[in-house]
Amino acid sequence: MSAPTLRVENLRTYFFTRQGVVKAVEDASFSVAPGKILGLVGESGSGKSMTGYSIMGLVDPPGRVVAGRILLRGQDLRSLAPDDMRRVRGKRIAMIFQDPMMTLNPVLRVDTQMVEAIQAHADVSRAAALERSRDALARVGIPSPAARLSAYPHQFSGGMRQRVAIAIALLNQPELIIADEPTTALDVTIQGQILFEMQKLARESGTALLWITHDLSVIAGLADEICVMYAGRIVEHGSVDEVLDAPLHPYTHGLIDSVPSRGRRGEPLRQIPGMTPSLLDLAPGCAFRERCTRADGACAQDPALSAPAAGRQVRCFHPLTQSAIA
Amino acid sequence: MSALPAPLLELRALSKRFVKALDTAARLARLLGANAREEIVHAVDRVDLAVHAGEVVGLVGESGCGKSTLGRLAVGLLEPSAGTRLWRGEQIAQLSASMQRAIQLKIQMIFQDPHASLNPRMRVADIVGEAPVVHGLIGRREQQEYVAQLLARVGLDASLARRFPHQFSGGQRARIGIARALAVKPEFLVCDEAVAALDVSIQAQVLNLFIKLREELNLAYLFVSHDLGVVQHLSDRVLTMYLGRVVEAAPTQEIYARANHPYTQALLAEVPRLDSRRKNFVSIKGEIPSPLTPPPGCHFHPRCPHAMPRCTIEQPDLREIAPLHFSACHLNDAA
Ligand SMILES: Nc1ncnc2c1ncn2[C@@H]1O[C@H](COP(=O)(O)OP(=O)(O)OP(=O)(O)O)[C@@H](O)[C@H]1O
Ligand SMILES: Nc1ncnc2c1ncn2[C@@H]1O[C@H](COP(=O)(O)OP(=O)(O)OP(=O)(O)O)[C@@H](O)[C@H]1O
Ligand code: SF4
Ligand code: SF4
Ligand SMILES: [Mg+2]
Ligand SMILES: [Mg+2]
Repeated sequence: MSAPTLRVENLRTYFFTRQGVVKAVEDASFSVAPGKILGLVGESGSGKSMTGYSIMGLVDPPGRVVAGRILLRGQDLRSLAPDDMRRVRGKRIAMIFQDPMMTLNPVLRVDTQMVEAIQAHADVSRAAALERSRDALARVGIPSPAARLSAYPHQFSGGMRQRVAIAIALLNQPELIIADEPTTALDVTIQGQILFEMQKLARESGTALLWITHDLSVIAGLADEICVMYAGRIVEHGSVDEVLDAPLHPYTHGLIDSVPSRGRRGEPLRQIPGMTPSLLDLAPGCAFRERCTRADGACAQDPALSAPAAGRQVRCFHPLTQSAIA
Repeated sequence: MSALPAPLLELRALSKRFVKALDTAARLARLLGANAREEIVHAVDRVDLAVHAGEVVGLVGESGCGKSTLGRLAVGLLEPSAGTRLWRGEQIAQLSASMQRAIQLKIQMIFQDPHASLNPRMRVADIVGEAPVVHGLIGRREQQEYVAQLLARVGLDASLARRFPHQFSGGQRARIGIARALAVKPEFLVCDEAVAALDVSIQAQVLNLFIKLREELNLAYLFVSHDLGVVQHLSDRVLTMYLGRVVEAAPTQEIYARANHPYTQALLAEVPRLDSRRKNFVSIKGEIPSPLTPPPGCHFHPRCPHAMPRCTIEQPDLREIAPLHFSACHLNDAA
């Protein structure tokens, strides 16, 4: 096995707000090997984006990475000087943000932004950079790429902005791409084109991908492994088949159960009962226990991550077993 | 047949063109004889749509085909380049200013991009609760309780009301946009990718809320989404758009069982499924047509596996091919 491109160990990212401490990421560990795709799924607000921001070194105050190691090919990114980290960002690691306007500057034309992104890391002429930008736009399915280069972000549709952000991430052939809900604004045919490009990048260039999404069906077809987050913690980890076909954690099970299925049009959809706990000053114990049908007295303690099989992890006192899944 | 009541909202032959003015350099070049011209995007091209009270119309289509633009036209945020808008059978543009404002409040939109549509300097309590107070729907003293109720309905803890938009995750922000739109008690709601940022469990909660509001309050929806499973679950009728035009429209069961237009067929064929693992994704065949230079004839022909010579010349009309099932494709003439 090759050494992982990315290894995250015991990451903790907290927000120190006036109301109290928000533990957005609590003790997260995972790794992604070259050419592999790790899917990160989980509850809205569970810390997926903050995990990505932490890796990129982009957590803004009052937030801060308070503990853990983030190793890119063995090198701890947290120990890098800000200037060195800037050289890593956009070159060795690129992030496709959930909100494309995090990447795009609204007052600059797209060509200006793309050329800048290339020239920041390589000594190439403007003409060459423009050509590379045009190619990148075409690869993500933007028609008339040459004409679109001279447009401003607001002149694009939501999905086109998303594709421009993807194109920018592809520009410098990074070793690691963190893709945060990158295809939510795309129809399935254009989405297929993007997934094709991403898969090609992973297979041919060995780029490692951390793919954050709520779309379990996309992850099913794309990823090798899945991590599931709930309330700041990774609660389950395994191969795609293991997690989707035989989830161990009650939250994962509830999530898969909520996917709208055909033939029940207009009827209420199944949802996990209860509400996500506020991450503000979260009480000890399993954060899922108010909503969990399997909860008992033991769950008032923090469940540790256990490994029921090789490559399989779950954080639960009473995990589901194969037979328990109806 | 008994006379149906006038639709709640009706759009007749509505169009929107965006013209990209030439910049100084291009104007100068044209003075010197260069062939520079203004770029025009026909974002929405003569679209007809009628939505009745309590009805849910799903709108699907290629990224960039004009769905958000149509949504903005429907709620009156954009001026159409041509065409008319009617509310309960009356042309909105011809009503008095105060009537127009009253209608405006009845038509709300949940925006695709919540970030850009939420004022970063306002707390959630005011983003959600100010408009209903201003418009006299609730008293000032009820605001806190009202906001807490709305937040709970979209799965957010009431303690979050004091926060500003940037202090939320993507899906939490999307839900603030939903709560804000619902707060003024609309009769017609345009949902533009409203649940795209939510995990499936919270998505189910929000969709259940939409269904409930429709049953209780007869709320009507134009539901724009790339998620065909969600559209199927929620909609009575589905419209497919391609490059500014409606290319197919039919009752939900009909379109999912017997999609007629090749683009709709392609959409349904490519829906990702939970049980298909380690897929080999393939690149799009044919060139993706550009809204800047739309191809002549049928806009879909550069990508269509069934394209015939006629398709490159003649634009197919939207015709009724079965009861209430409309499609714009020359293949329907062959038989
Ligand atoms: N500036 C902030 N102050 C306080 N809490 C914050 C701040 N920014 C984010 N949070 C909280 O951190 C938690 C994790 O946020 P994150 O954006 O990582 O969620 P996520 O898993 O990406 O969710 P989504 O799927 O909705 O995008 C959320 O509960 C959010 O409310
Ligand atoms: N303000 C604008 N100026 C110029 N062109 C615009 C403007 N807004 C939208 N367009 C163009 O109009 C077309 C339709 O855009 P629209 O946002 O309606 O698409 P959409 O169907 O919502 O796409 P998506 O699914 O990607 O959100 C696109 O080609 C877009 O570039
Ligand atoms: S630890 Fe207890 S409450 Fe938490 S998921 Fe497992 S059974 Fe449920
Ligand atoms: S009109 Fe022709 S090109 Fe257009 S969808 Fe039908 S067969 Fe395809
Ligand atoms: Mg997020
Ligand atoms: Mg849109």
